[in-house]
Amino acid sequence: MFQPIREVLDRRDLLYMLTWREIRVKYKQTVMGTLWAVLMPLVIVCAGLVVRVAFAKASETPLAWSDLTSVTVKAAPWAFFVSALRFGTNSLVANTDLITKVYLPRVIFPLAAVFSQLLDFLIAGVLVGLFLVVVRAGFSVYLFWLPVLLATLIALAVAFAIVLSAASLFFRDVKYIVEVFLTFAIFFTPVFYDTSLFGRWAPLLLINPISPLLEGLSTVVILHRSPSILWVSYSFVVTALLITVAVTTFRKVEPFFAESV
Amino acid sequence: MTSATMAVNVLDVEGVFKKFRRGELHNALRDLIPAVTQRLMNREQPERLEPREFWALQDVSFSVRRGEAFGIIGANGAGKSTILKLLTGIMRPTKGSIRAGGRISALIEVSAGFHQDLTGRENIYLNGTILGMTREEIRRRFDAIVDFSGLEEFIDTPVKRYSSGMFARLGFSVAAHVDPDLLLVDEVLSVGDYLFQRKCIERMNSVIASGATVVFVSHNLRAVSNLCPRSLLLEKGRVQMVGPTDDVIRTYFRRGQQQRVVDADSGVLLTHVITHDDSGPRVEFDSGGKLRITVEARARTPHHEVSVVIQIVDDHQYPVFETCTQRLGADAITLDRDQKVECTFELDLNLGEGTFHINALLHRYVTNRAYDRWLAAATFFVTGAPGERGIATLHPRLAACTVAAALDGAVGARS
Repeated sequence: MFQPIREVLDRRDLLYMLTWREIRVKYKQTVMGTLWAVLMPLVIVCAGLVVRVAFAKASETPLAWSDLTSVTVKAAPWAFFVSALRFGTNSLVANTDLITKVYLPRVIFPLAAVFSQLLDFLIAGVLVGLFLVVVRAGFSVYLFWLPVLLATLIALAVAFAIVLSAASLFFRDVKYIVEVFLTFAIFFTPVFYDTSLFGRWAPLLLINPISPLLEGLSTVVILHRSPSILWVSYSFVVTALLITVAVTTFRKVEPFFAESV
Repeated sequence: MTSATMAVNVLDVEGVFKKFRRGELHNALRDLIPAVTQRLMNREQPERLEPREFWALQDVSFSVRRGEAFGIIGANGAGKSTILKLLTGIMRPTKGSIRAGGRISALIEVSAGFHQDLTGRENIYLNGTILGMTREEIRRRFDAIVDFSGLEEFIDTPVKRYSSGMFARLGFSVAAHVDPDLLLVDEVLSVGDYLFQRKCIERMNSVIASGATVVFVSHNLRAVSNLCPRSLLLEKGRVQMVGPTDDVIRTYFRRGQQQRVVDADSGVLLTHVITHDDSGPRVEFDSGGKLRITVEARARTPHHEVSVVIQIVDDHQYPVFETCTQRLGADAITLDRDQKVECTFELDLNLGEGTFHINALLHRYVTNRAYDRWLAAATFFVTGAPGERGIATLHPRLAACTVAAALDGAVGARS
């Protein structure tokens, strides 16, 4: 477990350059350039708002400001998670020429893929922040939960990306499974709704390790309360376990990459 | 192996086996289940070959000392590239061990990881970190890299607009500026024009001079014998020989003579090409001596108006000499079904020291159409006369060499 971490730290400049490459190449030869990095998260947040408003209208329930702000707070991290997984899954397949020609710690590829999505996430975060200031969401000491929740979310994305990237190198089916899964995941992840909507069935939705993190974010930022310690620690433990499993299995199959592409 | 030799050797390869599989891997889910169950039922044995599997390398052992330049020679498909991939760590051996000390750098696939949309400058940083440099190191060497590539004007142009030669030059320039303890080189010298190749050879020489270890894989035997005192001959995945490069190259050619791929359809074909002197077959000759070449051909169907052509080429395929039975005054040869013809050419060996190859051809007398051709059918080696250099021997004699006072002109004034 510690050996791969040291390997990656030794090659941190490579990790930096690969992350930089993904970001740099993403908006090359586009007319709008980096403006896309602002526009994309904006569209996602707006879509979330529209869906939430439509929800309320259709079910004829009163719509509070906090419902809308809650959607914006959850949509941005969810968008990050989805794109990190999508990108991470393809990260090894997209770099087969490097895998077969040069030796480097290959775990860097899924890492760089996830990290390259952080810029968009950061921009989205600033936009959401501005929005929250405008609607006077307020500040509280509970905002100190933010870094913990976000770090866990990123770590969870990294764990998935590592496993899925290796799996899809061996079996290209994985890419399609991930696509299908991510399309439907929005239904069993509380992004456009709150789990409280489901009453006593709520824990069922919280088994999804992302849910407590998203709920936690909205609780902390909007409601200015402490998140459910139980469920957040659950996410935390699941993430730690997944990362350990991901890194060890990745190490085990890594020697076969070059001849399996 | 004692600890003393371990310290001296930068690279120790011991009993390395590598197996590959022909055809498709199971890349879809429906193939996975039988494969996994089979693996669970009988645990995979490294020594046994499953159907479709084959050995790319078998029992390969060698070691390279610190500061040594070591060559690997072999025909296509002998396993040279597989060895390099195992040495870099891209692949892992099926069996056996590889121990390499220090930073390994490979001039194998230069410009790997270049991104088409990025500029030359950006790619230098990207490729440099891929090859193991830090950004700080690259910053320090940046000017030297650009200078070496000769691409100053285009350094801020996306590399997709580069020609393939420029692309490769930039790649080599980055790779050449990594300071390795062990440098692996695979056939990169074919990149670029003559001047650039010279630069590369110089660069490799300076790497060797700086005390780094070099493992060099190439088809360019002249380059191998110039750079590497010691080499390994690889044949069908097995080590055939390790020793002084010149001996290894000779063995390589001698073994190459024994095999010939024959097109079964040809009606007439060359069956033997042998070099010999009065006492019998041999491949080593002294400069200025006599060389006999015997060529044998057999006909399966009747052929008339055949002539036998021999060409002698040097190590770079440059033609040195050519003659044929027709030009030497023989009549056109007529062969009936299942007849054979044997011609012996006798030549004065006015060649200097070096390695030479014989191409044999069967021509149709009138039209010069080739019935059969056998390139590098035989190879022979010439040992030069003492005091001579060059590809030919012109039988020199010293006609005069006298010393006298130079009173008839001012020193340094040339007219």
